[in-house]
Amino acid sequence: MSPQENPPVTPDTAGGQPPTRRAAQEAAREEERRLEAAAETGGGQVPPPAVPASPAALTAAGPGDEQPLMQRIMTGNALVAVLAVVLSLILGGLLIAVTDEDVARSASYFFSRPMDTIGAAWSAASGAYAALFQGSVFNAGGDSFARMIYPLTQTLTVATPLICAGLGVALAFRAGLFNIGAQGQILIGATLAGWVGFTANLPFGLHLLLVILAGMLGGAIWGGLVGVLKARTGAHEVILTIMLNYIAINLVLYLLSTPGFQRPGSTNPISPQLEATALYPPLLGSGFRLHWGFIVAVLATVFVWWLLNRSTVGFELRAVGANATAARTAGVSVSRGYILAMAIAGALAGLAGVAQVAGTEKVLTSGVAASFGFDAITVALLGRSSPWGTFAAGLLFGAFRAGGVTMQASTGTSIDIVLVVQSLIVLFIAAPPLVRSLFRLPTPGAIPSAGARRNRKTAATGGAA
Amino acid sequence: MSTVTTAAPDRSAAPAGAVRSWKTPILLAVLALVALLVFGAGAPRNNVTFRLSDPNDAIVLPDLVLPAVATGWLTAVVLAALAVLAVLAVRRGAAVPVWLVAVFAVLFLIGFLTWVVGSANNPNVALYGLLAGSVTLAVPLIFGSLSGVLSERSGVVNIAIEGQLLFGAFAAAVAASVSGSAIVGLFAAALAGVIVSFLLAVFSIRYIVNQVIVGVVLNVLVSGLTGFLFSSVLSKDAEMWNSPPRLPVLSIPVLSEIPILGPILFEQTIVGYLMYIAVAVVYVALFRSRWGLRTRAVGEHPKAADTLGVNVNRMRFMNVLLAGVVAGVGGSFFTLVSVSGFGRDMTAGQGYIALAALIFGRWNPIGAFFAALLFGFATNLSNVLSLLGTPVPDQFLRMLPYVVTVFAVAGLVGRSRAPGASGIPYVKG
Repeated sequence: MSPQENPPVTPDTAGGQPPTRRAAQEAAREEERRLEAAAETGGGQVPPPAVPASPAALTAAGPGDEQPLMQRIMTGNALVAVLAVVLSLILGGLLIAVTDEDVARSASYFFSRPMDTIGAAWSAASGAYAALFQGSVFNAGGDSFARMIYPLTQTLTVATPLICAGLGVALAFRAGLFNIGAQGQILIGATLAGWVGFTANLPFGLHLLLVILAGMLGGAIWGGLVGVLKARTGAHEVILTIMLNYIAINLVLYLLSTPGFQRPGSTNPISPQLEATALYPPLLGSGFRLHWGFIVAVLATVFVWWLLNRSTVGFELRAVGANATAARTAGVSVSRGYILAMAIAGALAGLAGVAQVAGTEKVLTSGVAASFGFDAITVALLGRSSPWGTFAAGLLFGAFRAGGVTMQASTGTSIDIVLVVQSLIVLFIAAPPLVRSLFRLPTPGAIPSAGARRNRKTAATGGAA
Repeated sequence: MSTVTTAAPDRSAAPAGAVRSWKTPILLAVLALVALLVFGAGAPRNNVTFRLSDPNDAIVLPDLVLPAVATGWLTAVVLAALAVLAVLAVRRGAAVPVWLVAVFAVLFLIGFLTWVVGSANNPNVALYGLLAGSVTLAVPLIFGSLSGVLSERSGVVNIAIEGQLLFGAFAAAVAASVSGSAIVGLFAAALAGVIVSFLLAVFSIRYIVNQVIVGVVLNVLVSGLTGFLFSSVLSKDAEMWNSPPRLPVLSIPVLSEIPILGPILFEQTIVGYLMYIAVAVVYVALFRSRWGLRTRAVGEHPKAADTLGVNVNRMRFMNVLLAGVVAGVGGSFFTLVSVSGFGRDMTAGQGYIALAALIFGRWNPIGAFFAALLFGFATNLSNVLSLLGTPVPDQFLRMLPYVVTVFAVAGLVGRSRAPGASGIPYVKG
């Protein structure tokens, strides 16, 4: 038991009233579960409750309304999130240390000089993480301010497609659809956008606008197709999206093997560079790769927030996601909901494709989507399917990805460690009770429960004595 | 009280209110039209040879030689007749009979094969190799979807099949390399599957985290972990860590000499035989044993099962672990049978395909088995055809399995019903 727990209920003596105790225990457990559920719902297919479950609201909902500040911090969700990140980094660091060659060498004489091993382990893990930070946020060794903040702009560049595609996955989640198909939607969006980008000859502004629209259209068609098939035939969207991912990549490979998509005089599967008028202008000058696509991603986040929380369509989508039967009874067209949700989700993923083809890569290849479509699922899950949560998760994952490249180059630590840390973060954040029990934090609203548990213990031992 | 109610989307979809479903007849009519135009009118003017047995076999069957034009027209006309029958059936208000769809599918396949092989540069294909290769390709898929059946029938959605397969493949490679024995690798693969399953069970049952989230995240975790270990350990000393011996092919004497079916059923590795055994055992156990009844009860209506004294969460926990054993063994196929050695992300989405096969097979072991076989067949067909040099671009051939699945799911299977409580954690009270 942590010292922060100051049970207001005085410990019972052995001869207390068991029924009352049990009732209190039950009530506390019930409350705990309710809160867990409230905290969970955003992460999956069920939208969060109507009342936003801010950490303050969560703790305030507990029986003891007047909680000290410390108590509120200790039980808040923000702390759990921070601890989840810390815990994941520690586990990742352990993995780096265990597989490090210096550590292995010094471990062979561990019992004669144990500090060598520990020192080597520390330098392996801390070196990798320092490089990760240097590659994603701030490079203190840079010779100018621009060089110093360059990593941060890289993070934002990588985060742009993650945010856009993550928003698509999150939106579909809220409508009760599990959209694994962001990868295919990005690819088709990027293909259409790229095609408009390198074939059309239009003035600046109009051309870019058309490129963006084409990308959104491509994604919307690929996503909407899933919605239509699901609504009309009842086919499972998980199968459809997986299959359409494969169909999309093969379609793009085929298109890139035709002369219309290749550079003149070349048979390589790579498109001509997009016209300069079709590209996102750089956001911070030509020294940085960051482009206006990031601003579009911010706008998309605002749009999705507005759509979900302020518009009728968004309300209907959430209703379909929460309980399709109830939604139908209330007069909401479930079919329309599915189609709309998947089409908008696809359009958002298409934006990610535009960010890649008209911003970062500037050409169309079959690898233009990298693995953004799959990472987007984790981003949406970490963001608990809320627009701004997805935005923040996209930034975090963007930082990991941008920093991971630097880390691999400078310390030789494989970038795959980033995947491990990312997935651990999502796992731990999704299971607050695990993090709380690992760090011995009090459960929100569990003060009487803690007291009751202690009572039971004393009762048990007291009874035996 | 409100628990995490993750309603499976398909359960909440529109009830089958329409008396007459025109979906199947329309699909059949469209396909029949395609057959008339392509297989009939567009038939190549030559003979197509299907080789039924290897010339070195004990029993050699004569080659099957079909004239492409006649076969094309014949199948197309019969397909059209079947489509008309389907339309008539629906007009009467009856459903399209299953046999009709099955016959249609087989005939369409024959028509397609004749047309596509006939159009190839070399109109000659080894049918026995095509079929045997399909089964081989389907082995990991079948294990994966059986894992899904075990887990989802008890009410836990198993998206982590991909992770179980990949970790099984990894563990099999490492354990077999270090010990020098493929059998040790097989056991290590099962254990690895159980580890992934254990995490899935702990997070989804004990901590009531959304099961889809846990599954997806576990896949990423395993991909990252195996990728990291691959580049930091395995690839630095492949001799030591990543050179597993292969499982030998055990052919049963006499029986393996049976033409066509012999190699498929009686000339397999241990993993291949285990696959047939697993399908049969899971099917019988699920529908004929007390354990199976309890599993299904827990997956359909956990409260009722609990009322009758079944420990719901323990049942689910054990089933998820068992699912891990099955998928882990399936994963060993990649490193002990298919190729000798682990490669980064070598399962390449097969776990998701297995998930699709599971849904396509309607959460039934036999259904999943055939769905996975269909997938394996389509994949192998595209491999074989790209070798023959057909006029169809390679990329479209590689799309074939996925397109077939979309058509099958959207046109023929349609609304599939998951186990009632699949995805919904059970909290007593």
